[in-house]
Amino acid sequence: MSDAIRTLDSRPAASGPASLVYIWRTSWKQGWIAALTWAAAGLVTVALPDVVHWGSGPLFAQIMVGAAIIFVILALSVHRLGRAGERIVHYGPWFIAIGVWLTLWELTTAKFGWLPKPFFSPPHGLLNVYVTDGPRLLICIGYTLRLWSLGFVSGVAVGYVLGIALGWSKSFAYWGMPILKLIGPVPATAWIPVTFYFFPTTFLASIFIVGLASGIPVAILTASGVGSINKAYYDVGHVLGASDWYLIRKIAVPGSLPHTFVGLFMGLYYSFAVLVVAEMLGAKFGLGWYIQFQTAYSGYANVYATLLIMALLCSGVVRLMFMVRDRLLVWQKGFIS
Amino acid sequence: MSLAAAVAQTHPSLSLDVRGVSHEFDLDGSRLRALDGVNLEIAAGEFVALLGPSGCGKSTLLRLIAGLETPTSGSILGDGEPILRPDPSRILVFQDPTLFPWATVQANVATGLEARGVLKSQRGRVTDALALTELTAFAKAYPHQLSGGMAQRAALARALVNDPSLLLLDEPLGKLDSLTRLALQEELVKLWRRRGFTALLVTHDVEEALLLAGRVVVFSERPAHIKAEFKVDKPYPRHRDDPDIVAKRREILETLGLKT
Repeated sequence: MSDAIRTLDSRPAASGPASLVYIWRTSWKQGWIAALTWAAAGLVTVALPDVVHWGSGPLFAQIMVGAAIIFVILALSVHRLGRAGERIVHYGPWFIAIGVWLTLWELTTAKFGWLPKPFFSPPHGLLNVYVTDGPRLLICIGYTLRLWSLGFVSGVAVGYVLGIALGWSKSFAYWGMPILKLIGPVPATAWIPVTFYFFPTTFLASIFIVGLASGIPVAILTASGVGSINKAYYDVGHVLGASDWYLIRKIAVPGSLPHTFVGLFMGLYYSFAVLVVAEMLGAKFGLGWYIQFQTAYSGYANVYATLLIMALLCSGVVRLMFMVRDRLLVWQKGFIS
Repeated sequence: MSLAAAVAQTHPSLSLDVRGVSHEFDLDGSRLRALDGVNLEIAAGEFVALLGPSGCGKSTLLRLIAGLETPTSGSILGDGEPILRPDPSRILVFQDPTLFPWATVQANVATGLEARGVLKSQRGRVTDALALTELTAFAKAYPHQLSGGMAQRAALARALVNDPSLLLLDEPLGKLDSLTRLALQEELVKLWRRRGFTALLVTHDVEEALLLAGRVVVFSERPAHIKAEFKVDKPYPRHRDDPDIVAKRREILETLGLKT
C-alpha cells in the first residue's frame, strides 16, 4: 500500500483525470463507505421529522457529518499514518457497520416509530441526555468511581491475602476453603440486610458489597493458583536454603499470578454488576442510583445513556488491567502462544 | 556466615557416610519400600555414579542426602554430622531444569544467594556462574526462551553459584539430545575438577557413568540395595572407545542383567 503512495508521489506531472483515478485507486475504500454510512445517519436525522420530539437532532447530525468528513480525510491519508493508520484500517468494517447501525437505529425509533418511546430511544435521544443532564451525570460518574475503586481495591487486597493463605497453609485451607465455597455462590446482594446491621453508614455497606463481589473470585482463584504450582519448585527453593517467607514471595506469589488475574477479571465484572444494587443503599448520586431513579420515571433514554457510560468505564478498566497483566506476565509468553 | 569467611572459604568438599539406610513411602495406603539397608561411603572430592534399573530408588537416596526427606531407618552423615534438613552446601540438580519460569536466567541463578540474604554483597558470583556456564548473553532471558541444554546449564549455574561442597545430580542430562549431552558431560567433568566438590550422579547411562565417575555403584531392583561397585582408574578426559572403558561397560551391563 505504501508502495502505491510512492508511485503517486513520483508522478507529479500526471494529467488531471489520470491523477484523480490514482487518488481513488490508492485511497482507503472502506473509509469512503464508512463516510457514506455515517453521513447517511446524519442526513436521515435532519431530513425526516421525529415521530415524537427527542431534541439534539441537529447536534447529532453535525457530529455524524463531522465524523464522515474525518473518514473522507482518513480515506485519503490513512496510509501515511503508520501503525495508527494500520489500526484504523483494521477496524474499517466496524466503522461501516456502526454507520449502518446508527442509520437503522434512527429510522426504526425516531423516524418511523416502530420501536416507540419511551421504551426505545434513538441515538440523538441518548445524546440529548448527555447534553441536558451532563453535569449531573459527571457527578454520578465521580461517585460511582469512588465507590467502585474503594470497594474493588479493598476487596481484592483482602481476597488476595486470603487466597495466598488458603493455598499455602493446609490448616487455613481446612477451615477456610469450605466456608469460601459455601458463601462463594451467594450473590453479594444477598448480604444487604446483614451489612445494614454491621456497618455504621450505608456508604461503608456499599463498599463491602462491591468488595465482596470482587474479592471472592480473587481469593478462590489465587488459592487454586498456589495449589497448582509444581511442587518441584519448592524442592528447589528448600535445597537452595530458602525460608518459608522467601518461598511465598518468590514462588507462591509469582507462580499463582496467572490464576489471580483470571480472578481479577471475574471480580471486575461482578463488581460492576453489583454497583447498581450497592447504590440502592441510600445513595444520593452514582450511576447505579441514576439508573434506578430514571427507571422509576420511565426515563429509559437516560437509563440507556447511563448504561453506555458504565459499559465504557468497565471496558476501560478491563483494558487497563490487560496492560498490567501483559506487563507482569511477560514470562508466560512462551506458554500462551 | 560473615563476608570475610565467605571470601576466605576455598572450594570445599564433603565426605558422605550412608549407614544402613532404608526408606519407605506411603502409596495409597500401602507401604512401598524404596531403599533396603544401603551402606555407602564417599570420600571428600570423589565423583561417584549410581547406576540401576529405573524406579529402583536411586533418586530417593539423593533426596535423602539432600535432606528433603529423612530416612525411615538408618542415618546419613555429612562430614560426620547427621543430615536432617536441606542446606545450600549440598545442592540437588534435578532431571528437569525446574527453572522458575517467572524469573530471568540471572534471577534464577541468584536464587540461592538471595534466599540467604547475601546477594547484595556477592552479586559477582552470579556473573561468574553465568560466565562459567556460558550463559552471560542470556542473563536477561526467560526460561521459555532457552533450549534444553541451555536450561540445564542454567540449572547447573544456579547450583554452582552457592559453591556447594556436595553436588547431587539426578539424571541431569537424561532428557537432552545426544550431542548436547556429550558436551555437557565434558563440562561437568571440567567443573568438578576445577571446583573439587564431591559429586554424586544418578544415571541410566553406563557409558556416562564410566566417562565421569571415579567409582560406579550398581543398585539392584526395588527395594534397592548395592549390588556391585566398580573403580574407574582412568585419567580425564576419557574416551568412550578406550578398551578398558569398553570392557568395564560390558561387565557392568552383565551385572545389570543384560547380555552383550
